[in-house]
Amino acid sequence: MDEIQMELLKQVADIHGVPQGAYNFRVNGQGAARNTTEHIDIVTKQDKQGIDIIIKPGTKNESVHIPVVLSQSGLTDLVYNDFYIGEDCDVTIVAGCGIHNGGTQKSQHDGIHSFFVGKNAKVKYIEKHYGSGDGSGERVLNPQTIIELAEGSSMEMDTVQIKGVDSTVRTTRAVLADRATLVIKEKIMTHGSQYAKTDFEVNLDGEDCGVNLISRSVAKEHSRQIFLSKINGNNKCMGHSECDAILMDEGSVSAIPEITANHLDASLIHEAAIGKIAGEQITKLMTLGLSEAEAEAQIVNGFLK
Amino acid sequence: MLELKNIAYGVGEAGKGKEILKSISLTIPDNKFIAITGPNGGGKSTLAKLIAGIEKPTEGRLWLDGEDITELSITERAKKGIGYAFQQPVRFKGITVRDLIGLAAGENISTAKACSYLSEVGLCAKDYIGREVDASLSGGELKRIEIATVLARKTKLTLFDEPEAGIDLWSFQNLIRVFEKLHEEIHGSILIISHQERILNIADEIIVIADGRIVKNGSRQDILPGLLGTEGGCRFTCEPQRTAGAEA
Repeated sequence: MDEIQMELLKQVADIHGVPQGAYNFRVNGQGAARNTTEHIDIVTKQDKQGIDIIIKPGTKNESVHIPVVLSQSGLTDLVYNDFYIGEDCDVTIVAGCGIHNGGTQKSQHDGIHSFFVGKNAKVKYIEKHYGSGDGSGERVLNPQTIIELAEGSSMEMDTVQIKGVDSTVRTTRAVLADRATLVIKEKIMTHGSQYAKTDFEVNLDGEDCGVNLISRSVAKEHSRQIFLSKINGNNKCMGHSECDAILMDEGSVSAIPEITANHLDASLIHEAAIGKIAGEQITKLMTLGLSEAEAEAQIVNGFLK
Repeated sequence: MLELKNIAYGVGEAGKGKEILKSISLTIPDNKFIAITGPNGGGKSTLAKLIAGIEKPTEGRLWLDGEDITELSITERAKKGIGYAFQQPVRFKGITVRDLIGLAAGENISTAKACSYLSEVGLCAKDYIGREVDASLSGGELKRIEIATVLARKTKLTLFDEPEAGIDLWSFQNLIRVFEKLHEEIHGSILIISHQERILNIADEIIVIADGRIVKNGSRQDILPGLLGTEGGCRFTCEPQRTAGAEA
């Protein structure tokens, strides 16, 4: 791997070398390195691009890293990664994609990740997206996440896209069985003329299941964002979604919530707030000796931390 | 030393719509503890904002240690040593108590040091240091954190706008000690806007502002008996305490 690829890897997966545990690196559309463990197997798909990650029941405190790096301008990469997480597991999965486009052609990575989470298993899923390079070619990422949570299982998904991605459509679909819980925390910052669309749809099918969707975003310059969240309460369940956005310059953000209760004991809440940085926040930090620009930077950094 | 000369402040067209402050002249000497009191809506908070630079006077000038600061921004005044604790502290999503104290101190302070400021205002540091300064904090907690950030700044002139509002009785005695300690340790001046007799009681001087003017100004010994005595009732100190609501 060259320096650019190592830098992308660091940005998306906090990896400074070879990680512990199971991993699969994909570089410019091809598998570059792989490690499996006693409990975690990684198998290349035969019918299409992608891998199956199979985690044996009862696997605890292990991690899987599957970063993708694109540094070749003009490449379009589509992969299917399926995660089979056995019952009673407690694992961390780190995915993410970094694109460096120094050329003039579009580079695109569409990752379709499916999670089949077994009974009472616990998954922490971290996904980071990052773009770099000064070429005029677009950097495009369209991640899809499909989640099936079995009884009593839980998943926490942290998804971050802070820099350099020109266009992204992020689609997440989830179905929850009895007592399953799902927490999704999304952080997005767009600038220039970037476009980011987030599209969540969660079906709360099981009794006493619950979802919490939290999105924080900052739209700078001429960038545009759309936040769609759809929660269907089909049983006795709890659903909450929250979209908080800071607008700067000529940015634009739409928040389109949809909550549907199909059961008397479904309790669903949506909150959305979009606006510029509150003037009093800037004033307060200025009274501590920060300039207006420093105050703004602190507020944005804190908001996306 | 802070000097105000003929300060006026109005709102509306060219500041002529409604006069909030009228011709205020005042000297705040170094190392003095001064309390400002008076009825709600009298212009006290506006005066504090004019000193901090959040509002600009329609007339008059301000000097800090002989330097004309009338045209200086909030940031410049803060850097020259003016600290300001808001009446209604601001909430920030994502910024932690530790971040805010660090920004106030203006340097990378140790966690232990940051905690010491929280302990001073009666908050158990380990419970609060990592918390976000957001809606999860109660008004009283936020108020004490606000005071802690101002303590961390160690400024030569510190303004407190109704620091007692929202603070429970239990913590109040502690708050009094904070001001006394600040007064002893920092050889600067403290300006507190307050309705509380116990705060007025520890001031060197008391200024009474009503209807945009200074109606009384003198040593505590001279002013306080008049405020608490029979003459005119105890109008200024017995008003119901407000816990919220901006003051003009």
